[in-house]
Amino acid sequence: MGKRNNLRTPVSQRPHVVPKPTDTSYIGGMVSVQINEKKVSVPLGTTILEACKENQIHIPTLCNHDDLCVAGVCRICVVEVEGMRTLQTACTFPITAPIKIHTSTPMVRKARRHIVDLLLSEHYGECYSCFRNENCELQTLAKEYGVDEYTFGHINSPRHEIDNSSTSVIRDMNKCVLCKRCVRTCIDLQEVGVLEALNRGHDTKVGTFLDKPLADVICIYCGQCINRCPTGALRANDPSDDIWDAIDDPTKHVVIQTAPSPRAAIGEEFGIEPGKSFTGELNTALKRIGFDKVFDTNFTADLTIIEEGTELLNRLKKALVDKDESVKLPQFTSCSPGWIKFIEHFYPEYLDYLSTAKSPQQMFGAITKTFYAQQAGIDSVNIVTVALMPCSAKKFECNRPEMNASGYKDVDYGLTTREMAKMIKEAGIYLPEMPKSHFDDPFGEASGAGLIFGATGGVMEAALRTVYELVTGRVVPFDNLRIEPCRGFEGVKQASVKLERCVEKYNFLEGVELKFIVAHGTANAKIVMEMLKRGELSDVHFVEIMACPGGCLGGGGQPIPTSEEIRKKRAQAIYEEEESLPIRKSHENPHIKYIYENFLTEGPCGELSHKLLHTHYTKRGKYIS
Amino acid sequence: MLVYEQNALSEEIENLVKKYGNDRPALLEILQDIQRKHKYISDFAQQEVARLMNIHPVEVNSVISFYSFLHSHPQGRNIVRLCRTIMCEHAGKEKVEQAIERELGISFGQTTKDNRITLEYTNCLGMCDMGPAMIVNDRVYTHLDPERAVNILNEIK
Repeated sequence: MGKRNNLRTPVSQRPHVVPKPTDTSYIGGMVSVQINEKKVSVPLGTTILEACKENQIHIPTLCNHDDLCVAGVCRICVVEVEGMRTLQTACTFPITAPIKIHTSTPMVRKARRHIVDLLLSEHYGECYSCFRNENCELQTLAKEYGVDEYTFGHINSPRHEIDNSSTSVIRDMNKCVLCKRCVRTCIDLQEVGVLEALNRGHDTKVGTFLDKPLADVICIYCGQCINRCPTGALRANDPSDDIWDAIDDPTKHVVIQTAPSPRAAIGEEFGIEPGKSFTGELNTALKRIGFDKVFDTNFTADLTIIEEGTELLNRLKKALVDKDESVKLPQFTSCSPGWIKFIEHFYPEYLDYLSTAKSPQQMFGAITKTFYAQQAGIDSVNIVTVALMPCSAKKFECNRPEMNASGYKDVDYGLTTREMAKMIKEAGIYLPEMPKSHFDDPFGEASGAGLIFGATGGVMEAALRTVYELVTGRVVPFDNLRIEPCRGFEGVKQASVKLERCVEKYNFLEGVELKFIVAHGTANAKIVMEMLKRGELSDVHFVEIMACPGGCLGGGGQPIPTSEEIRKKRAQAIYEEEESLPIRKSHENPHIKYIYENFLTEGPCGELSHKLLHTHYTKRGKYIS
Repeated sequence: MLVYEQNALSEEIENLVKKYGNDRPALLEILQDIQRKHKYISDFAQQEVARLMNIHPVEVNSVISFYSFLHSHPQGRNIVRLCRTIMCEHAGKEKVEQAIERELGISFGQTTKDNRITLEYTNCLGMCDMGPAMIVNDRVYTHLDPERAVNILNEIK
């Protein structure tokens, strides 16, 4: 038998002995292991990767992601386990016996360098022209493991065509390293099932059903795969050049609306720790870039609450007073374009349950090109509306053919947080150092209720604040308006509020227990829809669903990387900012009152608001032709 | 595909799912049965399998693309697979290959116009001592020479 570190020892001659636990208290309890001369004790079944992380020993990973199941396909996390014939992947190795682990031996280092080298040999694309430059996990690994030449060659012509068929997500499989994170995201995390590995061996590639372009298969464009891709193989469709053109065109009046989530996350693109909002700084930066007006999407979030809340009360009235059997309850929210596309594909027979209210983004577009154009005396033709969103599906939503209530395309461009950060950097602005400034009038003031739309449960919380107060005339019975049952990151949350001592108009709701459900991520949406199918939701009144895990703040357009921890920090930033706002209920927003007095004079769900602020949905089905 | 054909196919797949169950291990058996009967698994059939087994169509597609003996595009009535591994290569596979191509008027990877034969390569059949070897549908032929190979092909219907 050769020396342990001799790389040339034939592997078959290495002893394969795993020491058995001698002490019975080990079984199901704690196991003592030795990692690089350090003795630690970990619970049975912990993977080597977790054990190392807890003990501040760095192990590189690529295919591993906190949100996804373990795969062990990239092999970069290999370590040496004494007694094992070969190197073991730390992410898949559960510790069940007192073993000795070495994370930095010559063999491990050499293997890791070769693995990165092998990944690079099939990775086509230049770092300079890649949007993930300086934020690429493969690039980082190549640097970390000192890859200074392509030992195994390097592909120098593209093998795959770039798929830019969809309005939202672009797939460039030449940059794919087959870590299958997107596959696990799509199948396990979101349960949409667009991507899977096709073919075998060297020909393996990640592809869609029959390798069709993305626009032809059932993709909801949530963009979660973009956020989890370690390289630049997946990216959002970037309209920033068109937006620059519009800004540079003096005849165009370029208006931007900013959603709540990008503010809480855009700092991450400038190297700031997650969990800090840059609302005021972002406003200044946008004005300096050259946007003529900077508006707050939260204003139309308030409008959404009024419209959606009124719709809910109308439906409840029809169901409880008129005993109308055709009324569909529970009412589902319609703010998340990924969720809308999901239900259109997978549950087209339940489209009537959706609220007909448009999402805040589209309401904003319609209001800007009608009410604002009229007030400011600008021809709608010359208004370009840009929406800063945390979302790639919003790009699809603004391109829907029915979204032209104003007579023009309501929202011209959807821009993600990442692309906005790029534009800000391009303009030579360092965001965190900007002075703070306010949004522009007339849509400058928004309530905190609109702000919390960014977190899962936010729409529900905002709606409850308004609906409860409309119905009972009192403030919701929660400390400081924090409706805790709506908050938190549990997949499906159920709760209820009892309506008592109602005002005269809403007498029919006396004693009704208003039940609601909050779900985030389409996998959880599927659970809720199956419950609806089985008839278990007959006593529920309102359901909020967001397509992305964590709600909009974990959206597919947000800065990369994302993890549960980062999402929690973003949520915290949103909730903190919300509590500092003077107005925290949608119906108390003075501008909302103004718009109903002067423009939408028929009130919520009136004829004009139906024309401008409500929409219809398409039965798409899931058959791929 | 015509509607009544689709209905017939759906019913057939429903029966297969009933026979083998709708959990994942049954997927291969179901696909093999469809392959055996129709010589390929159409995109409609793939989506029906996915629907009935409660998985995503792309997962079915992924399995089909992984296995050489499952096809997602129409094939000829008979599939001829010639071994292209090194032992058969040394035993004179090239001559057999040329003779077959000349006889049928197609090259490997193609199907004859009358839909009678599809030509394909395969990796090692384990007949290295008896090469060159080819496999016609489920039957293996060894010790081929150009004349014998052509005769075998002419006999199949």
